[in-house]
Amino acid sequence: MTDTTASSDGGKRAALKTTFMALGMLPVLILLAIGFEALSGKFMTVNNISIVMQQASINIVLAAGMTFVILTGGIDLSVGSILAASAVGAVFVSLLDGYGMMGIPVGLALGLAFGLVNGVLIAFLKLPPFIVTLGSLTAVRGVARLMGSDTTVFNSNLPFAFLGNGDLLGVPWLAIIALGVILLSWAILRATILGTWIYAVGGNQEAARLTGIKVWLVLLFVYGFSGLMSGLGGVMSAARLYAANGLQLGQAYELDAIAAVILGGTSLVGGIGSIWGTLIGALIIAVLSNGLILTGVSDIWQYIIKGLVIIVAVALDRYRIKGGART
Amino acid sequence: MTDTTPLLEMRDISKTFGSIRALQNVSLSAYGGEVHSLMGENGAGKSTLMKVLSGAHRPDPGGEVLVAGEPMPLGDPKLSKARGVAVIYQELALAPNLSVAQNVFLGAEPHSGGLLDRREMLARTRPILERLGVGFDAGTTVSRLSLGERQLVEIARAMSTDARIIVMDEPTTSLSERETEKLFDVIAGLKRDGIAVLYISHRMDEIYRLSDRCSVLRDGEYVGTLEKDEIEADRLVSMMVGRDLSSFYKKEHAPGGADREAILRVEGIGDGRKVKDCSFAVGRGEVLGIAGLVGSGRTELLRLIYGADTATSGQVWLDGEDVTPKSPGDALGHGIAYLTEDRKELGLFLDMTLADNISMAVAQDDARAGGMRNFRAAARRAKDAIGALGIRASSARTNAGALSGGNQQKVLLARLLEVRPRVLLLDEPTRGVDVGAKSEIYRLIDELAREGLAVVVVSSELPEIIGISDRCLVMREGRIAGEVVASPDQPIEQKAIMTLSTGAQPGKTKETQL
Repeated sequence: MTDTTASSDGGKRAALKTTFMALGMLPVLILLAIGFEALSGKFMTVNNISIVMQQASINIVLAAGMTFVILTGGIDLSVGSILAASAVGAVFVSLLDGYGMMGIPVGLALGLAFGLVNGVLIAFLKLPPFIVTLGSLTAVRGVARLMGSDTTVFNSNLPFAFLGNGDLLGVPWLAIIALGVILLSWAILRATILGTWIYAVGGNQEAARLTGIKVWLVLLFVYGFSGLMSGLGGVMSAARLYAANGLQLGQAYELDAIAAVILGGTSLVGGIGSIWGTLIGALIIAVLSNGLILTGVSDIWQYIIKGLVIIVAVALDRYRIKGGART
Repeated sequence: MTDTTPLLEMRDISKTFGSIRALQNVSLSAYGGEVHSLMGENGAGKSTLMKVLSGAHRPDPGGEVLVAGEPMPLGDPKLSKARGVAVIYQELALAPNLSVAQNVFLGAEPHSGGLLDRREMLARTRPILERLGVGFDAGTTVSRLSLGERQLVEIARAMSTDARIIVMDEPTTSLSERETEKLFDVIAGLKRDGIAVLYISHRMDEIYRLSDRCSVLRDGEYVGTLEKDEIEADRLVSMMVGRDLSSFYKKEHAPGGADREAILRVEGIGDGRKVKDCSFAVGRGEVLGIAGLVGSGRTELLRLIYGADTATSGQVWLDGEDVTPKSPGDALGHGIAYLTEDRKELGLFLDMTLADNISMAVAQDDARAGGMRNFRAAARRAKDAIGALGIRASSARTNAGALSGGNQQKVLLARLLEVRPRVLLLDEPTRGVDVGAKSEIYRLIDELAREGLAVVVVSSELPEIIGISDRCLVMREGRIAGEVVASPDQPIEQKAIMTLSTGAQPGKTKETQL
């Protein structure tokens, strides 16, 4: 933004603009829901909404971690692979007699560890995030296959299967976890020093360093957090499927997560964005998938339509923001 | 010098950027076969004038440029090039991975049937290189050439387009002595070929040696032109500076320099590249100015003291304790704060609020348990700073990007003051700031000195340095070239600073040089 003139209502306008940016895609989400209901008549049922929430939940969790990374101006391409490795690890440990519940912490720890490796390479060796996580996308995928000896690991008595299939007072556990992650992310970004530093590093990394902010700590945190969320995603999908396959699980999940963040209005350059936007972005993607199936669109066309909607939605958003700034 | 119509004539050129007049009715001419030098302080308008000539800037209506007596359309780099104007910039614009010949013909490659004609390119480059008398081949990859040789490639490029007017903007800044000699030989050759050379430089000895005439700009205005036999250091320097100090500088803190108790002592600091073996001390309540030309290493020196870059030699002492910082956080912890010269790129978080910007460095000190932000403390700090520094903003929740330059600068200063520093390193504290905010910043510096802070101010504006500092160091080529001290009855002399920073000996004329 090059607009540097002081205006008396600058503060109010800026606040209003932030609200707009956060809400930006909400009308799209609502329109999509109304549209699919009109076309299929089956969309707005309690049962279907519950299914959409379950389908969206893993992507919401991954996208929450991705939001932290993208807010610093980085990217994490390895989330799908880390999810697969964590899931395999979680199912593996769940087979141990008497220690089955240990699958959850092990899955989380695996995710955190891979994320921290990314973070160390980026924060200390100063390698570009795109390249580091492109490498771990491939390498961690290999680790996931290795861990499961390149087969599908099963556990029909998975002790934490309720997380994937049960519900609490009618709300699926998966959705509760996803909402919990969003609230936690919101608290970190909004209310902690670390959150402020994340925005500062994304907005102007060199200025942040000159202000005495430990940039390495921030980078380590965001990649560690993204890894942890991938681990959580791994536990969630293991719980849902009672199984994990190192080769197939989580393929291309990073693209859905990035799409959700971008749809949510977070700038790829860093420094601007909100976790609520990401939630809406992830819901749009889930509603699209679900709605297109309900309306009987073929699998091939689903891909084409989803891709186009993402591009058009973001293009409209850019246009709107630009127009707003040109007062 | 020929006495026919000048090859280049610029008449009444003015250029305004927003409300700033960068050039005001400047006229300049150059004949074929002469070297016409252009001098002036940083920001005097030399580069802007040359950008008007090259078509990079469109001047305000009213001025005109004649090439060989014919008016040239302005504001179009392509047309300027077609009329024979070539500019060789300080930062070279070469593609290092391509060959010399490819660079010479970049954008105008000879081709036959849509295919690149490499042989033709080489064949046409070689005679030009021969004319320049250079020691490398047209097929050499540019990345293997030295900086000086690359400069010659730029000149070859200019000659390939049959340039008649060649502008050189401080061409020797990064050249070795031998390369400089080579360049001067080439310039002599260009003169013989009847080309007009406009030569911008800060170095007196080059001006004596090369110039047939030398013109001086000051604050965007044309001051005058000296003929070859009139060129003298003293005259040039007084033409460059000659203005009276306005009264808005404020210096009420107790003057006096060397007898003060030193807070900060810098010993032999250097980075092995831009800063070499610099030592100095600053006392309690002292304002120390650092002058020098752009590129003399002033900013780099401050960054080393602040730990923003890593020093390869030397120490920083604070109250007799070695505090040589490894990071900016380190320096801040010891009470050394630094104001960057580039507030938008290196200072502010433009998309964050004033409160966040002001409290960023101390957010951790205010934090509640568990690393939670204390928004009330941030708001209070912001409110106090807005009041104390007179920041004009609607509220502490305004984004920093929405403020004017002067107010943005005050926000950055407020951030520094929040850490309660003992030493302030200010790099161009009033750059891009309007006159009102300037005098407020001067008053603030004066107040801080009275409170006992040690303040180091780097500035390209000599009147500013003279107006606010007790003592002034002058840097030249990475070293501290000398010191000028103000005494109660005698302010710092502008001439003394200019002499030290350009390396001119007082009273030295071209006769003694040659």
